[in-house]
Amino acid sequence: MTHKAAWGLSALVGVFLGLSAYTFQFAKGFAYFSNDPTACANCHIMNDQLDSWLKSSHHGQAVCNDCHTPQALIPKLITKAENGWNHSVKFTLQNFAEPIRIRAVNAERLQANCIRCHQELVSEIHGGDQGSQLVCTKCHLGVGHGPRR
Amino acid sequence: MKSRTLYIALIVAVAAATFAVAMLLVNVSERRQEARQTYFPLAKMTEDTVDPAEWGKNFPRQYDGYLRTVDTQRTRYGGSEAFSRLDEDPRLRRIFAGYAFALDYREERGHAYSLRDQDETARTTQRPQPGSCLQCHASVLPAYRQLGGGDIMKGFELLCPKPFSEARKLVSHAIACLDCHDPATMKIRVTRPGFLNGIKALKRKEGIENYDPNTMATRQEMRSFVCGQCHVEYYFSGDRKLVTYPWSNGLKVEEIEAYYDQIGFSDWTHAETGAGVLKAQHPEFEMWNQGIHARSGVACADCHMPYARQGAMKISDHHVRSPLLNVERACLVCHPFSADEMRSRAETIQERNARLLSRAEDALLALYDEVTAAKASGVGPEQLAPALALQRKAQFRADFVNAENSMGFHAPQEAARILGEAIDYARQGELVAARARKR
Repeated sequence: MTHKAAWGLSALVGVFLGLSAYTFQFAKGFAYFSNDPTACANCHIMNDQLDSWLKSSHHGQAVCNDCHTPQALIPKLITKAENGWNHSVKFTLQNFAEPIRIRAVNAERLQANCIRCHQELVSEIHGGDQGSQLVCTKCHLGVGHGPRR
Repeated sequence: MKSRTLYIALIVAVAAATFAVAMLLVNVSERRQEARQTYFPLAKMTEDTVDPAEWGKNFPRQYDGYLRTVDTQRTRYGGSEAFSRLDEDPRLRRIFAGYAFALDYREERGHAYSLRDQDETARTTQRPQPGSCLQCHASVLPAYRQLGGGDIMKGFELLCPKPFSEARKLVSHAIACLDCHDPATMKIRVTRPGFLNGIKALKRKEGIENYDPNTMATRQEMRSFVCGQCHVEYYFSGDRKLVTYPWSNGLKVEEIEAYYDQIGFSDWTHAETGAGVLKAQHPEFEMWNQGIHARSGVACADCHMPYARQGAMKISDHHVRSPLLNVERACLVCHPFSADEMRSRAETIQERNARLLSRAEDALLALYDEVTAAKASGVGPEQLAPALALQRKAQFRADFVNAENSMGFHAPQEAARILGEAIDYARQGELVAARARKR
């Protein structure tokens, strides 16, 4: 590659990086590293969940990440990356079934967080190993958020 | 040469990646625009804008849904295909003997067909009908206002008594946007004089005087009232043929029956037995009111016009149809089960109701046979009067469930109670006639 060509290519890569950085910033990309619940409604799909969380019994105690992501840093980032990728692909391509439903793997993460806070209360009744446990949200369906009509 | 190829390949790759990122940027921007729910008022709506295509210029998504009501799709027991109910269940020809429904009785099609179907049914072409029908079959408000000199209620009272063919010339379009929406604010509203009078009478019974839904109802109530403007039991009152909803005693079948008994009203005289009988129309609003969904505050529109997302914008689906054709959006928003499970629950309810309804119709036919036999044996009208009174009760109840467009789903236990009573009254009538019969 000639010296001149390398200059040209560098400029091109620069344009790409600049545009990518702006897109990332425009799409509020940094919000996803935070614990701020409004970040989860950036793309509007979860407006109902956010609105109803504001009125829910858990509002004063727990934000989205307290229930929906593991608490240790690395598992938390993996969960965010995995779901973030799925959500952006589906929303961008508008390819998903409604109403949206939690996936099994995320339901397990959720259940673990119920137990994390409430284990003293439920240790005698929840039934031990994850997998054979009673599922808290089977009955306590609206404690975190709706949507409810 | 090799480095030249590599160089060109790199340029192409970076260009493609930049292209994709630019697309993503525009996509994010577009979704964000949609989420603001802006609409562009390109056309101005007035009280005379009957044509939905005009409204469609401002609300293309809703208009698109409205246009889809031309769809004809069957569910197990209903849907929107105009199949003949008489061919489906020939017992109905005897049940409606002597009435226009024995000529032509078809499943209703979607809103888009409401005027055409009224024009074409043999009940209109072979029997004289009044202008009253147009209250619900046409976008009739401008005609009412024109006739009444600006007063809708007065125009209604003048249009109802006209012969159908004459009144028909004053309207041009099937049920349209104007009938449920205020053209200035787009708020939903009720406009049908029959409903306004009926709900006022119902609320008076509940201790509320001068009830006006447009100013006193909640938005969630209005999301059922707009449908209750037409999907109700009614009759044409007096010589002026005013469309009247018999609600002053309440909405239950026996309360409506009591209303008709008090004023001595019959829709027709049954051709086989001579009983003065009642035709139930399509009491969806009344039946829904007795059911668990109404008790839970779920409106008609929640299931029949559920919210649908288009991009980042959410609209109510104006393709009004059976929730069984749209289970995901209609049911799963509240019920945490699969679509198949919810469909199967609904169809189980409907199948049970259909079986009970079939028993009620069999009981009615047995009653007709026994009355006919008693007459043939020389039994006089006085002795048969109790049997005919029981026929009136049984027939109205069976028809109340049959004419109601949900096959019992809107209030399953209430429908079962009504059909249980229908069977009981019919068999009681059969016994009375059998005992009177001269052998």
